[in-house]
Amino acid sequence: MPKNVRIRKGADIKLVGAAERVKGEAPFSSSFAIKPTDFHGLTPKLVVKEGDEVKAGSVLFFNKDNEHVKFTSPVSGEVVEVVRGAKRKILEVRIVPDQDQKFEQFYVSDLSTAEKVKSVLMSSGMWAMIRQRPYDVMANPHLKPKAIFISAFDSAPLGPDYDFILHGQQEAFQKGLDALALLTDGKVHLTTRGGSTADATFTQAKGVEHNTITGPHPAGNVGIQIHHIDPINKGEIVWTISAQNVALMGRFLLTGKVDLKKTIALAGSEIEKPRYLTTWVGASMKSIVEGQMKDGDNRIISGNVLTGDASSLDGYLGFFHDVVTVIPEGNEPQFMGWLAPNFHKFSLSRSYFSWLNPGKKYKLNTNMNGEDRAFVVTGQYEAVLPMDIYPVQLIKSIMTNDLDKMENLGIYEVIPEDFALCEYACTSKTNVQSILRNGLDVAMKELG
Amino acid sequence: MQFLRNIFDNLRPNFEQGGKFEKYYKGFEAMETFAFTPGHTAHKGAHIRDAIDLKRTMFLVVIALVPSLLFGMWNTGHQYYLSIGELTGLGEGFLDKFIFGAIRVLPIVVVSYAVGLGIEFAIAIKNNHSVNEGYLVSGMLIPLVLPSEIPLWMVAVATAFAVVIGKEVFGGTGMNILNPALTARAFLFFAYPTKLSGNAVWIPQESGMAGVDGYTGETLLSQAYNAPAGSNFGSVAYDAAGQQYGSLADTLWASFWGWIPGSIGETSVFAILLGAAILIFTGIGSWRIMLSFLVGGITMSLIFNAWGANAFMSVHPLQQLMMGSFMFGMVFMATDPVSAAQTVTGKWIYGFLAGFLGIMIRVFNPAYPEGIMMAILFMNVMAPLIDHYVVEANINRRLKRAKVAA
Repeated sequence: MPKNVRIRKGADIKLVGAAERVKGEAPFSSSFAIKPTDFHGLTPKLVVKEGDEVKAGSVLFFNKDNEHVKFTSPVSGEVVEVVRGAKRKILEVRIVPDQDQKFEQFYVSDLSTAEKVKSVLMSSGMWAMIRQRPYDVMANPHLKPKAIFISAFDSAPLGPDYDFILHGQQEAFQKGLDALALLTDGKVHLTTRGGSTADATFTQAKGVEHNTITGPHPAGNVGIQIHHIDPINKGEIVWTISAQNVALMGRFLLTGKVDLKKTIALAGSEIEKPRYLTTWVGASMKSIVEGQMKDGDNRIISGNVLTGDASSLDGYLGFFHDVVTVIPEGNEPQFMGWLAPNFHKFSLSRSYFSWLNPGKKYKLNTNMNGEDRAFVVTGQYEAVLPMDIYPVQLIKSIMTNDLDKMENLGIYEVIPEDFALCEYACTSKTNVQSILRNGLDVAMKELG
Repeated sequence: MQFLRNIFDNLRPNFEQGGKFEKYYKGFEAMETFAFTPGHTAHKGAHIRDAIDLKRTMFLVVIALVPSLLFGMWNTGHQYYLSIGELTGLGEGFLDKFIFGAIRVLPIVVVSYAVGLGIEFAIAIKNNHSVNEGYLVSGMLIPLVLPSEIPLWMVAVATAFAVVIGKEVFGGTGMNILNPALTARAFLFFAYPTKLSGNAVWIPQESGMAGVDGYTGETLLSQAYNAPAGSNFGSVAYDAAGQQYGSLADTLWASFWGWIPGSIGETSVFAILLGAAILIFTGIGSWRIMLSFLVGGITMSLIFNAWGANAFMSVHPLQQLMMGSFMFGMVFMATDPVSAAQTVTGKWIYGFLAGFLGIMIRVFNPAYPEGIMMAILFMNVMAPLIDHYVVEANINRRLKRAKVAA
């Protein structure tokens, strides 16, 4: 039965700089990188070395725990550098692309069974697009999920509009869905925003359960949708994949070529002309934002303002990110900031004046707006988490490393992005997302 | 403000690692962050953060307490003038009364803040943790729940007790089980009962000065407690000058506005409601706790009304709520987020029981006709238990769902 869910808890933070529905083209990046750190928990095993020539779809490294899961190059060119961090951990594999792109050709004409689909997805690197819950890790190809969930919209502040991005990609999207349907005995859930009509790419998709969800952010988070549509119980596995990645996967399965050209939103108050850009997975930040930003000290974020990764001009677009956001840094002290009226600041509470003007869009910076404190105020997390979960108690159980409690309180239902608004709202400035990530790692290690 | 910024920037090296006053860094930090919200930015997780912080939160609670404080100052003077039979009209001698009261009340506030913040700073520096803003509120609450006649040294001792035993031994703000301000009051109540109860403590009594005829200094609560069986409390109650109010409506009127004897901040329901409006509107005080507390109090009063074994039980519910510290406890004490229940369901239960028990203890108390402080402290202790069961229910729901699915 398709479900129409309505949630009331949550919050839409209105920011200046939403991407206009115009598609431009980012210049072809002069450098690409695939970052093993984008895939949480991955231990990469390199197969290329500096100087090697690769094609789009050639293997760069594979998963040490499962050698069939490959990670491939998004472009053809030369591997110029393997950037390593502490303990020689691989941070980036950088590639300088050729002018003429050459593609590895994969055999995609027979996709009749789950095994065949899995095998071609794993060898082409497309498998990496599928995420697994609990614990928000890469999907384990040996498991069969009880369902696969796809959110057809992003409700985060300045999030990309998938109706716009995937318009006209019906064929590829459907191909991706068909392949995914083979991977589960359960359903493939596609959830669109209630109360508005989604693009035909979504509404005409076949072989999926069409659900809707209405309400403020985090309605678009797939975790919230899972919780209300078919919650994860202990021992159950669910896979998720972003809408654009379904289409990229479908395009690959149609052509046999790893062609990772995609559309991202370029947004934020410090972007001159916020709009959509076509670029490639792994493109350099420079190719995306150079010349697009206003002057000043800016924070470049790969992803949205609530969950994205801080980047720089020398950085690269994250593997899972469909938006690049640029906002001002907030590193200036403010005289009596806690006392000032602060009409330019936004608060979910009515302790500032943002409630006077609910439609106003804000230009928010990265300032913490206060210092770290112990938990004092209650009820804030609950107000922005539309789940039957006690967030503060869960976070505290993680802080005290109480594994039983974590499990009982439902840690396997949540991932950091679901708690991003809690982190935003927190008076005590607790870094909720990284605490939850630690908790997930501990739980994964101990509970398996 | 550049000059202030420069002062801090110049002083900073002395307090940083290797500086002369390195170990006092946390004290310096508290001063600096008070003057300047620091320019540090979010690096992990959400890149934008809500404008609210603990300083703002606590500051708004202090603002919410200001009406009660100001009214308390005026009322301290008013009660005094009533007792000596001068300027007895409400509108008379406003400034005289206010100044008289301010001279009585402000030293208590100053002592409370000086002692409390002194200890907070000392402990923060010793344990190398940041000074927490929680005491900004406690420091204001403590004077408001004490009688204006309290000796200053007792304020100092009680504050020290509350901060050290009520809060810091548990790990500081956010970790305490009991409401610190009520801990201070409870300490005084048991250590020096004669200074916190009876008829002599509520109204300033200059030495050698006799009151007017009929003056007793009794609070309304104590009158209700001592009211002869069968009498109608509302109409026999009298004010500090011994003047009878005459009818329930008049008694209610006086206790709503608060020109009755009592602790400094507790008498004016009107001033407290102004504070409640600020707390509820800004979302800082839990309306759920306030509402359920009120319902709890009314329920118990109605039960007593139906029982009616003595005059105190028969007091009109509205009058019960407006006397004594019921309203003050409801708005400012029970809602302390750290010592109250933390779950939504828990807040409803906690508030209801606190209000319910408050009136029950008040009426049954054999020694002293008030029970709100006791009830809230008791419910502070019970709050974790309430939350425990609320969370257990959630866990069971989740387990049940898993079984249904399996």
